[in-house]
Amino acid sequence: MNQSTQRFFSRRNASDSPQGLRARGGSDRFYVWTLRGVAMLFSAILLEFVYSIVHQSWPAWTHEGITLLTGTTWNPAASVYGALPLILDTVISTLVALLFAVPIGLGTALVLIFVLPRRLQAIASALVELLAAIPSVVYGLWGLYVLVPWMSATVQPWLASLTGGRWPFSGDNLGAGIMLASVVLAVMILPTIVAISRDVIAALPKDLNEGALSLGASKSQVLRKVILPSAKSGILGAISLGAGRALGETIAVLMVIGGNAQMPRSLFSVGATLASTIATEYTEASPQNLAALGALAVILMALTAGVNVLARRLVNRSSGLSS
Amino acid sequence: MSDGHDAVGNNPGVLKESSITPVLQLRRVNVSFSGRVAVRDVSFDVAPNKITSLIGPSGSGKTTILRSLNRLHDLTKGAKVDGDLLLDGVDIYKGGIATMLLRSRIGMVFQRPNPFPTLSIYDNVVSGLRFNGVRKKSLLDEAAESALISAALWDSVSSRMKVHASTLSGGEQQRLCIARALAVEPEILLMDEPTSSLDPVSTQRIEELMTELKNRVTMVIVTHNMQQAARVSDDCAFLLMADDRAGELIEFGPTDKIFHDPSDARTLDYVHGRFG
Repeated sequence: MNQSTQRFFSRRNASDSPQGLRARGGSDRFYVWTLRGVAMLFSAILLEFVYSIVHQSWPAWTHEGITLLTGTTWNPAASVYGALPLILDTVISTLVALLFAVPIGLGTALVLIFVLPRRLQAIASALVELLAAIPSVVYGLWGLYVLVPWMSATVQPWLASLTGGRWPFSGDNLGAGIMLASVVLAVMILPTIVAISRDVIAALPKDLNEGALSLGASKSQVLRKVILPSAKSGILGAISLGAGRALGETIAVLMVIGGNAQMPRSLFSVGATLASTIATEYTEASPQNLAALGALAVILMALTAGVNVLARRLVNRSSGLSS
Repeated sequence: MSDGHDAVGNNPGVLKESSITPVLQLRRVNVSFSGRVAVRDVSFDVAPNKITSLIGPSGSGKTTILRSLNRLHDLTKGAKVDGDLLLDGVDIYKGGIATMLLRSRIGMVFQRPNPFPTLSIYDNVVSGLRFNGVRKKSLLDEAAESALISAALWDSVSSRMKVHASTLSGGEQQRLCIARALAVEPEILLMDEPTSSLDPVSTQRIEELMTELKNRVTMVIVTHNMQQAARVSDDCAFLLMADDRAGELIEFGPTDKIFHDPSDARTLDYVHGRFG
């Protein structure tokens, strides 16, 4: 951002009369320094933020070491801090949510752009975006009231019958659990994935589409060979934003996942994620427990940052070749 | 009947007693968008292995006519094409030709070079063949080489076929698009202002290329550049926008005649730059 700002200003300077140059030079400097100040302030806040969380959790890291990441038991009451079950539940629920949300979201985006007539398109888009405006606690309630009975009576028995009650659809069918959390998360991240991939695909130049058709391509070939590959980086961005939201989602997950920090045995297991554990336990945490919760926060931040970096690398790889 | 004095409705474009069988015939073609007429009553013939240019001011319907020839208007909701458009005597709308097949027989090059940005040079050139189901590597290789040679691009890209097409210059990208269209071996190549986004040197190379390609393919070109029409085309159609904003064919004939001895005063005014 800094670089492009500078380029922008230097370009304007270059093309002006000496008089205008002086006048604009003054206001340009003002803007440059204001923007720099804002940017530095923002970086400083971010650094302070990371520092304080890490600092807060430092006792836990020095005391527990690697068992914080690899320990399979999370029991703060007994001062046992192994976050692996929480990490697994977080990652699994997000992955399964993506498994639902990505194909449905992409399909919805394509239907919005290519199938619906323009007027319906606007209405449907608005509805999808409305989904994003629903507070997550409402999603949680909806999960409890509507989805728990439905999952336990209909969906999970059916899933279990698919594998004959074996992994990954094994164990007690309680309705609540990792599977339900994934479904709720999928619904919650759907609007993000739909809205972004819709915008990315709609922004593709029309002549790509026409160029392919003019070579004798069918509509499905245009879609598979031209549209989706060209929109790949934007779609990856949409997915990573959705994943980021799912990893960090707290209250809705807390309400439907069962709240039991044990190693997940199947998708029907009750569990607890990093975020939901922090939210449930911080109210009655001892200083020692608080440090451990800080460590969970650090792990969570690292996970979301990791997703971000991965997405960026994937995007750079595809767009680096394409433009 | 062949002259433009009584232009509208009297098939001004049909060449009198032409000895050559036209490859493409337009008879009283109308194009409308949601009821608004954009092109009215246009008739002319496209002779094989010639370049036919469509000239006229903005809004006169040049591109609209061009896009009706490979049914690109099918994509536009509310678009309607009437009249007869015959490819080798078979109507391209009513004659039962599959649209995909039609488009592989009538290729198109666009105003802005539009190579597929995520594909390599090689994959761009063979994309049309792949769309049409060709899988055999040796066939694809052969077609890619010959199309790139035809498009005068082989020498500069043969060593970097795996590189992304977007690394090429604008002129090279447009030649790549021509190569991509040629690889499918179309009978007709439609060109919609193919040089309007290019620099003069690239423009000249494309024009030279068009002349070289005449023995392989029939071309129909829309151009805003009258010198270009005069330089490269054999036949020329001049269109104007009528009072109701519908495009009409004013005059059609050999390019020499249109530019030096037109039948209609408006043609003379236009080619001499008095309006438009």
